[in-house]
Amino acid sequence: MTQVVSSMENIPASKVMRALTLELGDEVFAIEATSVREIQDIVPVTEVPNAQQFVGGLINVRGRVVPLADLRVKFGMERRPPDADTRIVVFEITLDIEPIIVGILADRVHTVTDIAIADVEPPPNVGMRWRPEFVRGIAQHNGKFIIIPNLGAIFSSTSTQPKELETEGRN
Amino acid sequence: MTQIDPTETFRQEAQDVLEQLEQTLLDLGSSLDDSELIDSAFRALHTIKGSGAMFGFTEVAEFVHEFESAFDRVRKEIVAPSNALVNVSLDAKDHIANLIAEPKIHTASGAQILRRLRTVVGTDIPESYTETLNQDSPKNVTEKITLNKGWRINFNLPGDCLSFGANPYLLLGELRDLGDCKVRGYAKSMPSIETLNPECCFLSWNVTLISDCSIDRVEDVFLFVRDEIDLDIIQILPEVEEMVDATAVANLEVNSSSASSTRKTEIQNNPAHGNSSLRVAAERLDELLDHVGELVIAQARLSQISEESRDSRLMGVTEDIERLSAGLRDITMGIRMVPIGTLFNRFRRLVHDLSAELGKNVEFATSGEHTELDKTVIESLADPLVHIIRNAIDHGLEDPQCRVVAEKHKYGTVRISAAHEGAEVTISVSDDGAGLDAERIRKKAEEMGLIPSDSVLSEIELYQLIFHPGFSTAQEVTSVSGRGVGMDVVSRTIDNLRGRIDVTSRPNNGTTVTLRLPLTLAIIDGMLVRVGDNRYSIPLSAVEECVELPTEISENPRGRNFLSIRGELVPFLRLREIFNTKGLDELHQKVVIVSAGEQRMGLVVDQILGNTQTVIKSLSPLHADIETFAGATIMGDGAVALILDVVQLMRSAQHLERRLRNENDGEAA
Repeated sequence: MTQVVSSMENIPASKVMRALTLELGDEVFAIEATSVREIQDIVPVTEVPNAQQFVGGLINVRGRVVPLADLRVKFGMERRPPDADTRIVVFEITLDIEPIIVGILADRVHTVTDIAIADVEPPPNVGMRWRPEFVRGIAQHNGKFIIIPNLGAIFSSTSTQPKELETEGRN
Repeated sequence: MTQIDPTETFRQEAQDVLEQLEQTLLDLGSSLDDSELIDSAFRALHTIKGSGAMFGFTEVAEFVHEFESAFDRVRKEIVAPSNALVNVSLDAKDHIANLIAEPKIHTASGAQILRRLRTVVGTDIPESYTETLNQDSPKNVTEKITLNKGWRINFNLPGDCLSFGANPYLLLGELRDLGDCKVRGYAKSMPSIETLNPECCFLSWNVTLISDCSIDRVEDVFLFVRDEIDLDIIQILPEVEEMVDATAVANLEVNSSSASSTRKTEIQNNPAHGNSSLRVAAERLDELLDHVGELVIAQARLSQISEESRDSRLMGVTEDIERLSAGLRDITMGIRMVPIGTLFNRFRRLVHDLSAELGKNVEFATSGEHTELDKTVIESLADPLVHIIRNAIDHGLEDPQCRVVAEKHKYGTVRISAAHEGAEVTISVSDDGAGLDAERIRKKAEEMGLIPSDSVLSEIELYQLIFHPGFSTAQEVTSVSGRGVGMDVVSRTIDNLRGRIDVTSRPNNGTTVTLRLPLTLAIIDGMLVRVGDNRYSIPLSAVEECVELPTEISENPRGRNFLSIRGELVPFLRLREIFNTKGLDELHQKVVIVSAGEQRMGLVVDQILGNTQTVIKSLSPLHADIETFAGATIMGDGAVALILDVVQLMRSAQHLERRLRNENDGEAA
């Protein structure tokens, strides 16, 4: 750990991604820390009937109605019921030039850490269970693999797949 | 945010004044001999000129100055007002608006309008209007005399004149006897107080005398001081008299007994007591509304806690806060309310222009101008209403000849009215034209493949087809309408406002398009219901009544989907089915009867929980595909509840019904 950190101090800040690491299923994911607004304990979730499983719920974040997404659906993981370690990570994402606030479920939230861009590799073409466009890269950090999801692609794949033919949006 | 750009203030004020002017001009068009209206137009112009010059909009001031001069001739009854004058004035008013927006670009096109204006009022003054205002000294005016309207007299007395018995006060008095006077004193040569000799005269005067007296009469006034006085008498044009107001700002006004200056004072006072209103940035109101929304939610939570605690002191305070927050909510919503008349006024011009363009005689009538609506709603209604009015005039109303043949008055009427109906606002546009041609709509819809050729549709359903994108029965595309875009815009906007559109039409009697809008958009009263484990809010404005689901229906879920409400058949939807709720149906389900327009429908729920204040929060684009919800709200316990979109549910019910009917038909065959 100490070794990694000290080597990082020598490289310019732009070469480093400050990231929040969290656990989904057996995998560790990293999302950019600057986009994260808060981390919440699990709150009552309102189910949205007929919504896609991936964004099937709504939560109240400080008086704001925020969609709750479950990345495990997109990554084909088992959906465990929430337990004492379950958290909701609330962050901002830009979707069709409009910034929106979303929450995602995390089985456990680890820490905020710096990941050197040099350590990030593009997703391999073979040997991956997930759709390659959902993964921005895979980093090796302290001997572990960390998945950096492409949240933009994940969320826009949701909003551009209307369930019915009537595509007229409502805001 | 607190930084206020003075030119922005001018722009806003000028816009108000111009709108007012447009109304006045349109009024004048219908009653040409109303001198009150001419005065009012004149005042509006004068205000724009004055403030325009003050804020550095010289192009505006110069143009308006000419415009005003023309109106002055009308005001003085030299020229009678005419429709030609109204038309050219409307163009000139548009030009002023353009000038204010982009002074540099539009300056050139003004000359042509002014030429037309001069032709109408009969003053073909060759000089360019730009010269008149730019002069610092009134002397330049001398050359352009065409008419004797009065005299400009500059004089100053030698310092020792007072000791020889001259009295400037008497001189001015004599001038005043000749006619209306505006007197300015100049104290330029006044020495400092230490060196001031109280027995000397240091003042000079500039008198604008409105009188048709001869120059001799004026010179006679100065007869006894003629030798020592510096006197300059200039004949003036009518417009110069007004111009002085704008230019000589720094000068000391000594006397204001003349008619023109009293009028000026009036104008200045008008905005002060006419409307004691305040301009507030719209964002601030939105912020306020947001906070009030949060407050309403917090208050609901407090009420819940206090009820659970049964602490009488807490309950007392909670009740107070409930009352206060309800009051605050009403006031805040009220701030955003604007009478819809402001919008109607804009259409008068549209009708005026369209009737000229299409050669149809149109009378425009309005009612219910005082109906108040949220300002953002009013603004988003402007476009749809323009399309509806255009349609009414272009397609609805017949040519004058056809009207005569149909034994109607050759003037067609387009009436726009607004009214509160329960928790809705309705805005109707009706014409007394030929009415919609149901057969043609049907044919066109079949051609476009919108409906199957053997379908049975009610007239109401048929008329709804005109809102389909690209739908137009017009044989040819005119500059006004016929491309099938307009009605699509209307239906989109009204959908976004959570409103709906009703169309009624009778052949040869005309068509009425009615827009129905929820009263407010941000906070509504809702009825909270439970379906499975989820709670939903139904807008109370849509709820008509609640009844128990009859056991013979609840026990037989595959049976009929109609209820008999006092002898009338009302279809119903099981929300459990629509929402794919898990678990078995509960006993004693309830039916909430909701209505949208002429249609009624029942919604089967598990339990009715009560009424709540619902602060509507829109859903994110991630849920854009879900049509049955109008938004979400946060309840007293902090949980989120979805708000049902009654109109959309109604539509999906119709789809469902049609599908079932088709299935049954298939089985029967």
